[in-house]
Formats: sequence, C-alpha cells, structure tokens
Amino acid sequence: MSDKRCTLLVCQGTGCISGGAEQVYSQLKNEIEKLGSDDDIDVKRTGCHGFCQQGPLAVVEPDGIFYTKVKMDNVVEIVQSLIPGGKVVDHLFYKDPANGKPIPTYRNIPFYSKQERTILRNCGRIDPEDIHDYLSTGGYQALQKTLLEMTSEQLIAEVELSGLRGLGGAGFPTGLKWGACRRALGEEKYVICNADEGDPGAFQDRSVMEGNPHSVIEGMICAGYAIGAKKGFIYVRAEYPLAVKRLKIAIEQAKKNGFLGRGILDSEFDFEIEIFQGAGAFVCGEETALIASIEGWRGMPRMKPPFPARSGLWGKPTLINNVKTYANIPLIIGNGAEWFARRGTEKSKGTAVFSLTGKVANCGLIEVPIGITLRKIIYDIGGGIPGGKAFKAVQTGGPSGGCLPESLLDMPVDFDSLALAGSIMGSGGMVVMDEETCMVDVARYFLDFTQRESCGQCIPCRLGTKQMFQILDDITRGNGRPDDIDLLQKLSEAVKFGSLCGLGKTAPNPVLTTLRYFRDEYEAHIHEKRCPAGVCSIKETVQ
Amino acid sequence: MEERILRDILVHYRGNRGELVPILQEVQDSLGYLPEKAMLDIARFIGVPESHVFAVASFYEQFRLLPLGRRRVAVCRGTACHIRGAPRILNTIEKTIRLKEGETSDDLEYTLETVACIGCCALAPCIRVNMDVHGEMTAEKAEEIFLHRDEGVQDVG
Repeated sequence: MSDKRCTLLVCQGTGCISGGAEQVYSQLKNEIEKLGSDDDIDVKRTGCHGFCQQGPLAVVEPDGIFYTKVKMDNVVEIVQSLIPGGKVVDHLFYKDPANGKPIPTYRNIPFYSKQERTILRNCGRIDPEDIHDYLSTGGYQALQKTLLEMTSEQLIAEVELSGLRGLGGAGFPTGLKWGACRRALGEEKYVICNADEGDPGAFQDRSVMEGNPHSVIEGMICAGYAIGAKKGFIYVRAEYPLAVKRLKIAIEQAKKNGFLGRGILDSEFDFEIEIFQGAGAFVCGEETALIASIEGWRGMPRMKPPFPARSGLWGKPTLINNVKTYANIPLIIGNGAEWFARRGTEKSKGTAVFSLTGKVANCGLIEVPIGITLRKIIYDIGGGIPGGKAFKAVQTGGPSGGCLPESLLDMPVDFDSLALAGSIMGSGGMVVMDEETCMVDVARYFLDFTQRESCGQCIPCRLGTKQMFQILDDITRGNGRPDDIDLLQKLSEAVKFGSLCGLGKTAPNPVLTTLRYFRDEYEAHIHEKRCPAGVCSIKETVQ
Repeated sequence: MEERILRDILVHYRGNRGELVPILQEVQDSLGYLPEKAMLDIARFIGVPESHVFAVASFYEQFRLLPLGRRRVAVCRGTACHIRGAPRILNTIEKTIRLKEGETSDDLEYTLETVACIGCCALAPCIRVNMDVHGEMTAEKAEEIFLHRDEGVQDVG
C-alpha cells in the first residue's frame, strides 16, 4: 500500500470529524513535516474505520497499532512514537470493556477480529480523495476486465451466478434485475445508485461513499456496460455533505483517468455519472419516488408494474441498486462469482454491512457474512449490553423493520429468516435496546416517523399511520383502552394490505413485531397504567 | 440583490423540469431560504405553473419558505438517538434558547429543527449546529453549548 516505513491512517469520517479529527489530521501532518522525516512516514486521510464510538481514530501500519479518542494534545506523543525507537502511546489503546486490559492492535480487538470485511475492506485503509490509492489496491481492474474481456451477457451471468441480492433492503436478485434491464427495449437507458439512506439509525451507505467512493463508481460503470446505459445518477441525501464532496472528487478523478467519459479505456463504451442531491424525503428511497424526484416532481411513488427496469427515469429502462450492491460488483468481477458465493447462506450470498448502534458496548460500522446469528453480532462484535443491563430487543430494517426479542438471538441474519420473524434485513440499521427501552414507545416513535414521512397520496398509509400513531401515543400517555391492541392489529393489516408502496406496506412492522413479542408491555400500559421500562410518563389517573 | 443572485444561478441551467430541485437547492444555499418572488421566477424560467414549484418546495424537508437563523440547530431524532435520550436533549435546548421545534428567533440568531438522522448513530445522541456535528450529547452538555448564545458560531462546542 505504501513504500514508506510506516503509515499513519487518520480517520476522516463524519463521526470522527465531529470529535475534531480534521484538526488532529492537519496537526499530525505538520508535526511530521517538522521532523523532516516525512519521507519515511506517510500520513493518510482515510474514510470511516467503523469504530466511530472510539473516535477520533488513528492506525499505525504495518503494525496495526490502534489509537482511540485521539485529541490535539496527543499529536506530539503520537509523532514521537513513530520515530525509530519511539515508544507506543499506550494510554490511547482501546481497553477491553470486560477487564479493562488495553489492546494495542486492531487485529486483536473483537470488534474487528470477528468481522469479515469485503465491501469495507478499503474503508479506513485508503485515501478516499486520491484515486491512486484506490488504483494501488486493484481499483478499476474489474472495469478493465469487463470492458476488454467480457460481453455484457457474460457480465450479467457472472453477477447472477454470484447470488448477489440487492442490499437496499428487499434483497431482489441483482443479476435478474440487470438481465431484465438489458432485455428491456429502448436505446436510452439509465443507471441509478440509490444512496438516499433515510432510515433513522443507519449510516452504512454514507460510510461506504465517504470511505471508498470509487468502488461505487466502478460498480456503476460496469452496470452501465451490462445494461447498455450511457448515463448514471447517484441519488444521495443532501444531509450527507461529506459523501457528496468525496463522490464529486472521485467522479472528477475517474474522468481524468479515462474511466468515465467517452471511449472508456479505449473501448467503444461511453458513460458519465451525475450527482443528484435528495432534498430530504424518506419516501424517495422507494425507487419510483426517487425517479419522480429527479424528474422534478414531488417524490411520490407510483404503481408497479411497470417496474423501472422497463419504464423508469424519463420513461426509459432504468437500473436502480443500492450503494453496497454496486460496491460489491468490482469484487465479484475481480475475484469471481464463486469466491463471492462462498460467503453467506444458500439463498443469501455474500456479506452485509450493518450500523450497530443503541444500547450496545461497541457501536459502529460492521460487516459480517450473511447468516451469522444476531447473538454473535451483538455479543461477540458488539461486546454485549453496557452497564450490566439486560438485553431486550434488536431492531433491524428501520421504520420498515421490526423488533426481535431475546428468544430469536440465535436466528441467522439473512433476508428470509428476518422476514419470517416479522422484520426485514433492510439497508443495514441495527439498533440494540435494553431493559430501559420501552417497546410501546419504540413503536410510537417509528409510527411518528412514518406518519410524518408518508407522501399522503394513498389513504391507507396517510390516514392509517396517523391513526396508529394516535393510538400508540394515547397508550404511552396512559390513555389506552382495552380494545386498542385489537384495533392496532386490524389497522396494521389494513395499512399493510392497502398501501401503494413499500413505505406503507412495511410501516406496521414495528407495531406488529412489538405486539407479537412484547405484548405484555402494551398490556401493562393499558390495564395497569404503568410503563415497565419507566420511559413513558403516565400521569396518575383517578381510580 | 436577491434578483441578481437568482439570475446568476439560473444562467447555469437550461430550464428543464429535471433541474427544479437542484435550482431550488442552489437558491436556498445562497439566500438561506426560498423567497416567494424567487419561486415565481423559477416557475417562469422552467415553464411550469407556480403551483408546481410550491408543491415541490413544500414537499421536501430541506426547503425553507421563511428566513433561517444564523445558527441552525438540528436535533437528530434517529432511532439510536431516540433510545439514548434525544427527546430530553430537544427539551433542554428548547428551554435554553426559548424556541420550539421548527421556530426561528426574532433576531434571526437561531433556528431550531429536528432531522430524521444525521448518520452519526454510533455517537448518539447527537445534534448539528450549522455544519458541525456534536456527538454523545447530554442535557448538561447541550445546556452548556447554548448558554453562550452571544458568542460567535465558532465558539459553539
């Protein structure tokens, strides 16, 4: 990666920056320049290392020394440590929460050692604003292989063989989608990257774009070649300014290096990418709403079929995939479909990236093989529940997902198992809840979110989510009525069945799963006017 | 002045409907909000009814139809922040700067809003003041940040 004696990787992800990582990075650079030893020490700005909670983070390679919570005061001692014979700064080591013992290298920290990083393999390792770093790790070789050695049919066959499923949440087989788009009639076609990561509690797509933007761009160019498109859009939330900035830089660099533009790599293939900033509507994560938004309409979904693969942006065949799906493509082409299919379960191949947050000791961005159990994620990687509290639930899939109880902790995390349990895989949010979290309040929280975000065009969603929110709100205030549980159940079914798009169809999931697994909490609120977790402020009622 | 700024922005566009959201974003970036007059001009430029521009501007969270404060305080109401006490943070800030969610102070110093998710969930609960994210907030920390409301933006946090 670098021919220098040692490399200092300083995280410049949104999380670490909020802790002052930008100043730390420039100060480290200054100090090393002052030493005059900048020829054998490399200081590198990187994207997210994943362990945001311990940030700002810095890693010294090749030894893998891992420094946590680095502040300006620590800059001099870190630089001193890099001089030959210098001593490591042991007070910045990560400490094992179980026994307080310091762990010097990230390879030995369970949060990292239990993961399998492929999509994230270069996040935190390379400078996201320098294409040469990406190139030095084999970047754009998959594109070369695609353009020079493969027909678009072969490429699609390879993606199909890999078993890759869309990582935006629904898990539709990627190869099938590509094939349908390839076969769709039309001269003009489009590729869209859905980076409208709107799930509250999720930041995995942001981290991939901030940490390794070229991997997404390379995947999109390959997709364009596969379906016969000349133009791609990245639809990214305006709330992610750093991701937008890094994508813009990456697109410019890719153009300069001949990976975007006319006659890419001296082939006959032209492709360009434009960034479209989403203006903040959760429903625009739904593909037809996203398209409407690019076309200059309110972001409202429409009936499907026709699916975008046949009639999408400006009525043309359009391929829409999630950020991580595209980031997987160079890996599949580079290493082969069989390599990819080795990870995961029979029906869900590869790895999944999760934002592990909430009441868990180690919060951050993780990547695991699909099929791993929830218990392994939460306890082995996440380090369990902090403060000696008891685990209560884990929420996956954001407002479209559900809350799963302790009895399901040994369930494998894959598209089908999660759906059976009433939740969804989702794009990657995973929020852990402990005994101090009220499940009725959580259901109320999500319905408050969906009723705000409902686009309002279909009645089951617009009115149904509002009514459900009102009932839940009443229950958390101690005004629940005995028949509310039944009513919630019925409304849930109606909203699920009658709504036009995925937002409405999945909005009841948080209610249905909490009713299924935590019914006693609803009953305590309604019948005993009591919140078992002590979250809801229920006023004393006159008996 | 507003008109000149608007004209300078529109020069770079062709007037397609697909440019509506990017134009609104750029205008808001420059003016801080979307004045009614600007929306009328944009409608004429793109060749759509004025109601269409208003429909789009009012649909998306990002757009503001009223001027914003110099310090935009956004409290994250993401899931991780919620279960780690975001409602209490919001409450504290509301009391400290004497504004309710969605309001702007008369002196245009502060705007207080909530956002669906800042994406810094591992540092929950968090808030954003203009472009700066502050993680691992407590009610006490929030109070401390906003008690110094007469000092410059750079002093916040």
